[in-house]
Amino acid sequence: MSAAGWAICFWGILVREVLRFLHQRERFFAALVRPLVWLLVFAAGFRAALGIAIMPPYQTYITYEVYIVPGLLGMIQLFNGMQSSLSMVYDREMGSMKILLMTPLPRWYLLASKLAAGTAVSLIQVYAFLAVAWAFDIRFPTAGYFAILPALVVTGLMLGAVGLLLSSTIRQLENFAGVMNFVIFPMFFLSSALYPLWKLEEASTVLPQIATLNPFTHAVELIRFALYAELNGPALAVTVAALVAFLALSIIGYSPAKGLMRRRAAGGGESG
Amino acid sequence: MDTAPQPPTLPALSLEALSFSYGDRFALNSVSLNIKAGVFTALLGPNGAGKTTLFSLIARLFQPSAGRIRVGGHDLGSQPNRALARLGIVVQQPTLDLDLTVAQNLRYAASLHGLAGGRARERIAALLDRLELHDRQSHKVRELSGGLRRRVELARALLHEPPVLLLDEATVGLDVPSRARIVDDVHALAARGVAVLWATHLVDEVRAGDRVVVMHRGVIRADAERDALIRERNAASLNDAFAGLTVGEQAKAAPAAAGAAS
Repeated sequence: MSAAGWAICFWGILVREVLRFLHQRERFFAALVRPLVWLLVFAAGFRAALGIAIMPPYQTYITYEVYIVPGLLGMIQLFNGMQSSLSMVYDREMGSMKILLMTPLPRWYLLASKLAAGTAVSLIQVYAFLAVAWAFDIRFPTAGYFAILPALVVTGLMLGAVGLLLSSTIRQLENFAGVMNFVIFPMFFLSSALYPLWKLEEASTVLPQIATLNPFTHAVELIRFALYAELNGPALAVTVAALVAFLALSIIGYSPAKGLMRRRAAGGGESG
Repeated sequence: MDTAPQPPTLPALSLEALSFSYGDRFALNSVSLNIKAGVFTALLGPNGAGKTTLFSLIARLFQPSAGRIRVGGHDLGSQPNRALARLGIVVQQPTLDLDLTVAQNLRYAASLHGLAGGRARERIAALLDRLELHDRQSHKVRELSGGLRRRVELARALLHEPPVLLLDEATVGLDVPSRARIVDDVHALAARGVAVLWATHLVDEVRAGDRVVVMHRGVIRADAERDALIRERNAASLNDAFAGLTVGEQAKAAPAAAGAAS
């Protein structure tokens, strides 16, 4: 297929993801309501209990609501990645994943396109959330709204790749909820999304170390600095490295020789 | 896309000594088969014969443990994209996106084959006309009957004008008129020069002049034109010939197994 054919294929995958998203209005509202509950209810309660010291990238004291916004943006992308994973498991059960995998293009390209399309959907959700936060007077420097775009692309791809990897290992839709509990909650709570790591150190010496190993922590920090038009180099490096690792493992998971389609068929998926 | 016609001597699809197993359970054992352009080849076998496994290998969803697959001369192992570009596939499971319209589903499938804009619109319109689906293009797939959904899947498989068409139990779950309609459509495609491999366990879908390949327990048991197969097997009908090659064998195997066990 020509270079134009590759681009057309990517565009087709992107349009399908967006159409599916638009058809699932509940998904959009859930994606918006979940972080808003954290922002408007939990953060209001935590504000009094949790003092935030001046720390980079903040130049002054900030409210707790401002602190948790990057974590909530990460949360939107984390849930979107898991939602994409769920829809891939569903597609596989329904058979439509086969149509994608039988496309005459390299499998890594197809999976990467699917990943990029899911990230694009997450960007719609993130900016919708930022608009609502702005309406509630939780605002950031104007440059930050533009500077987070590349950061969100990288973090969205990384978190989507986690979902892609999970979808290559989950055999049945019924197993999905269990796996999610073991991924979303530890990733979110063992990170700097809700509290700075130094705050975590006050409670435990082990937890901050685990949080440092958690790629979600680095994704959140990348977004946090980008919101103030600053680059957090180490966070970017860790996020990109995690993206490459998760994507590579996903491609192996979906390869014809080693992949899940074969294991699933061995379990008696189809007759004939 | 490289879908140029191949020299007439070259089989449209060639399977050479294909083997595959799920763990230690053999699903296919040294299957060899050549599928020719313009021929409707019925791959007949009971449930569990290995037909879907064979299709999954040809579609590159699995990798064979031994053997080789060539599509129009292109090796699926070393030139997968060239080989896959020549295949149109309708799999056993329904695979359309239920929440999207017929046209959206077809546009998506066209894009996967590098077709967009006027070229995609032209192909989609032509196929919707040919399969009498034109008035359904703005309907959500969820609103369509099983027979119509299958015709949409057939249209989707033909979007990129593949010289080889594979259909795995394409009429499962359909009523008699819908089944007959799909079988008619696919025979018409074979008459136009498309190489068709039609996997089924339903003998009545095979017509005079069709080539019949009987598969049982991962092995090809017979390969002949329908009437020739009936004559060779001294059978009254294709159903009897098929039963002799599959059910008869199972019946013979059962007492033997019982004897061995006793």
